[in-house]
Amino acid sequence: MNSTSDDTMLLTTPFHSRVSRACELNAWGSWKGYTTPKAYTDVELEYFAIRSTTGVFDLTPMNKYRITGPDAGPFLNRLVTRNVDKLGIGRVGYTVWCDDAGQVMDDGTIFHLGENDYRLCAYARATDWLFWSALGFDVNIEDETAAVAALAVQGPTSCAALTAMGLEGLADLKPFGLAEYDFEGETLMVSRTGFTGDLGYELWITPRLAETLWDRLFEAGAPYLIKPFGSDALEIARIEAGFLQAGVDFVPAEEAVRNGRTRSPFELGLDWLVDLDKPLFNGRQALLREREQGSRYRFVLLDVDGNKPAHNSFIMKGRRKVGTVTSAAWCPTAKSNVAFAQVELPHGAVGEELVAEIYYQRELHWTRVLAPCRVIEAPVFNPPRRRATPALPF
Amino acid sequence: MLERNPYIGGATVSRELHSGWTYSNCSYVCSLLRPEIARDLELPRHGLQVVPYGGGVTFKQDGDHFGNYYDHERQYREMARHSVRDANAYERYTADVMKQTRLIRPFLLRRPPDPTSLKWRDLRDLAEFAGAFTAMGEEGLADTLKFWTKSVGDYLCEYFESDVIKAHLAGSGIIGTALGVFSPGTAYVLLHHYMGDVDGNVGSWGFARGGMGAVAGALARSFQSFGGEIICDADVDQIIVNNGRTRGVALKNGTEYRADIVVSNLDPKRTFLDVMDAADLPADVVHRAENFKIRGSSGKLNIALDGLPTFTGLDKRSPLMLGDMHFSDSLERLERAYDDWKDGTWSQDPYLDMLIPSQADPTMAPPGKHMMTVFVQYAPPRIRGREWTDEDKAGFEKSVLDQIARYSPDFKDLILHCETRTPRELEAEVGLTEGNIFQGELTFDQLLFNRPFPGYAQYRGPVKGMYLCGSGTHPGGGVMAAPGANAAREILRDLRLPDIVPGGYADD
Ligand SMILES: Cc1cc2nc3c(=O)[nH]c(=O)nc-3n(C[C@H](O)[C@H](O)[C@H](O)COP(=O)(O)OP(=O)(O)OC[C@H]3O[C@@H](n4cnc5c(N)ncnc54)[C@H](O)[C@@H]3O)c2cc1C
Repeated sequence: MNSTSDDTMLLTTPFHSRVSRACELNAWGSWKGYTTPKAYTDVELEYFAIRSTTGVFDLTPMNKYRITGPDAGPFLNRLVTRNVDKLGIGRVGYTVWCDDAGQVMDDGTIFHLGENDYRLCAYARATDWLFWSALGFDVNIEDETAAVAALAVQGPTSCAALTAMGLEGLADLKPFGLAEYDFEGETLMVSRTGFTGDLGYELWITPRLAETLWDRLFEAGAPYLIKPFGSDALEIARIEAGFLQAGVDFVPAEEAVRNGRTRSPFELGLDWLVDLDKPLFNGRQALLREREQGSRYRFVLLDVDGNKPAHNSFIMKGRRKVGTVTSAAWCPTAKSNVAFAQVELPHGAVGEELVAEIYYQRELHWTRVLAPCRVIEAPVFNPPRRRATPALPF
Repeated sequence: MLERNPYIGGATVSRELHSGWTYSNCSYVCSLLRPEIARDLELPRHGLQVVPYGGGVTFKQDGDHFGNYYDHERQYREMARHSVRDANAYERYTADVMKQTRLIRPFLLRRPPDPTSLKWRDLRDLAEFAGAFTAMGEEGLADTLKFWTKSVGDYLCEYFESDVIKAHLAGSGIIGTALGVFSPGTAYVLLHHYMGDVDGNVGSWGFARGGMGAVAGALARSFQSFGGEIICDADVDQIIVNNGRTRGVALKNGTEYRADIVVSNLDPKRTFLDVMDAADLPADVVHRAENFKIRGSSGKLNIALDGLPTFTGLDKRSPLMLGDMHFSDSLERLERAYDDWKDGTWSQDPYLDMLIPSQADPTMAPPGKHMMTVFVQYAPPRIRGREWTDEDKAGFEKSVLDQIARYSPDFKDLILHCETRTPRELEAEVGLTEGNIFQGELTFDQLLFNRPFPGYAQYRGPVKGMYLCGSGTHPGGGVMAAPGANAAREILRDLRLPDIVPGGYADD
């Protein structure tokens, strides 16, 4: 961490020398204060690296918290909606955590690294909330965002590429499993996780070896057609795979200013993450109440007619506005036009026919279409290779 | 679905002829495939993935090249290296070509109206058609007529001065067509190659992951998921006609299948002159089928390579390596290549459309190895009036390999296997008459309500219960699925069943 206040506007990640060399478009964005590429060469080709070969994404800026100490497990169990007791050592779990009102503060992943040793990856900064919640627990909480460099390596040839880099036996790693390898005398942690809905891994290493890792990965991955991708390509992939994006598909509860703008896990379709049998966790009382009294909204996946993405559309039932779209994309592999929407209950049951009011512009001329759409049960992209163990050949 | 070969796909096929390598044996790139059909038939779920690629390069004889980068600003800079004026004119050119694709795209998934019919549906469609034309404005209409009748060479000369830029762009005007860059009608063929899209990017092309056979494979699985049955090694000898209507088909091996509806995917010549009896057809249909223009003009090489070849003046990591590569750097050379065709032989200095898809698709060759697809123009259906011989085929192959080797010193050493297909093989193996890749030339006299011939452009054959659904019908050749969808709509209509065939997406 820099100690003066007149430092550069944006930080760079430990991969920056490599990333900037590859980022031919100079299409930079800021992710939590780090210079990160929106696109390297061409968004579509980068997207297709994820879906057809191997794509590499620098996820170092992701907020990472190391939670250790005798109460680490009980503390996390109190914090999040899922039952952390069920998360064995060497496993990763996706979860959300709520405020006392049962509203989602963030989603993220918990890595069970060892006895009393966890890493929590989060979209929003969480130090303050973690410390509040730790009252009475014997835990140590450390922000290790800058201390761990991380790459997502995603796509059908990712396992072959990483195996070629020397990660023997990687094919047998199960989804949400963790493995450790020796890399230049340090530990390279590999998790079979990602935000693309494809076969894929995330690599975690000390920043000192970041550049070496990048070089070795791209050298070994060349015959497997490896390519870096930026946040724009990731955005398409995650919508196709049906993944929520904090800050886009919901407002983290602590950041919301206006009443009623936050959502509960039930309202985000994340019921499966909430273990109400757990005796105590943040938001449990409120969620129990919501279970009894009903939710306000339903998160739905929509298959929209036509090929115009339903960005920011109102969702109509007849003449009545019943919801809004939070994310939308034409999905190039699934060849469907997908939107995520929040609709008012009782709307949004699977199979319900709704209408998306879509506005788009062609050469200064705005057009409005009322595109019929259907509530679908599952994400449009969900290939067997995502889960198959051993990893399938490409 | 009856298929003569032991495998399905026709000109949309992937085969492993050298262990570890997959070839797209005929068609090799995908853009025309209608997204509406792919979505409706759930082709992605059945295994189809189309991955876009961009750009291309034309190598020059003087050691330089013209790189057609997919990034427009980069492309501008490269064009400007050859002609600043051309680089700027390209913007006008792009807009003009777009105007034409915009006119034509809405009609791809439509039955062409019959201009002589007084039926309400035809009149309505004609009015819509006319409306689209008049919406172009007077100047636009003039441009349209020019586009539909001019030569690609003349058309490009209205925009560009640089030889290599004109040559680079002209290639799509002659592909699959027995015409030269200065023959009238070739500007339309260029348009035919621009009117597709990949994920809404009009004019973009892509690779089907696993080769073009992935398209046929996904269609087959979709067909089977709806209860369809595919029978291979079923060589149709005859469409059985009785009392003016179809009764089924008879195979060469004697098997007969009874059916009230028979849909032919063969080109018009094969359909009417080969598998139908002249006695079952009106005389004018036989006559028109005989005169249908379906001249072979192309061949194909598919090559297994031990590594990525080096091209003079090009870095192996250049994005240009991922696009279409050509070696004809002037319109004159292209026209001379056509002269050889007219002389009844293959081009000594051929036009090649060459790609190395294994740089984008990891399934085409083992890691680190490569697969090259080389589309070759020109190759005549017959050599000076006689059949192709194996020596001719070897000579054709040599002219192609030599041309590539002139620009790639290590190319020949990397060749592990090569499949060479002249029009003879295309006709014998794929069943394309004369080896014409589009099941009939794409000239104005054979387009829209004239495809395959006037009066039969609405997918209904001259015999009740008999339909056409191949590239010989509107909107023509290419891996498009549009003729089949349009035919299906007419068949449903005749059966008085609901029209479940999707309409086209609007661009606007
Ligand atoms: C060398 C080459 C390159 C091409 N490149 C491209 C390209 O890159 N992109 C593109 O979009 N298009 C390309 N095309 C054109 C495209 O492949 C064709 O237009 C398209 O495949 C035609 O499809 P179809 O279904 O109309 O007919 P076909 O593919 O011609 O299928 C006809 C089928 O009928 C079968 N058949 C024939 N006779 C009989 C019989 N008597 N009984 C039973 N079955 C029979 C044949 O075996 C074949 O399977 C290319 C074509 C060729 C030949």
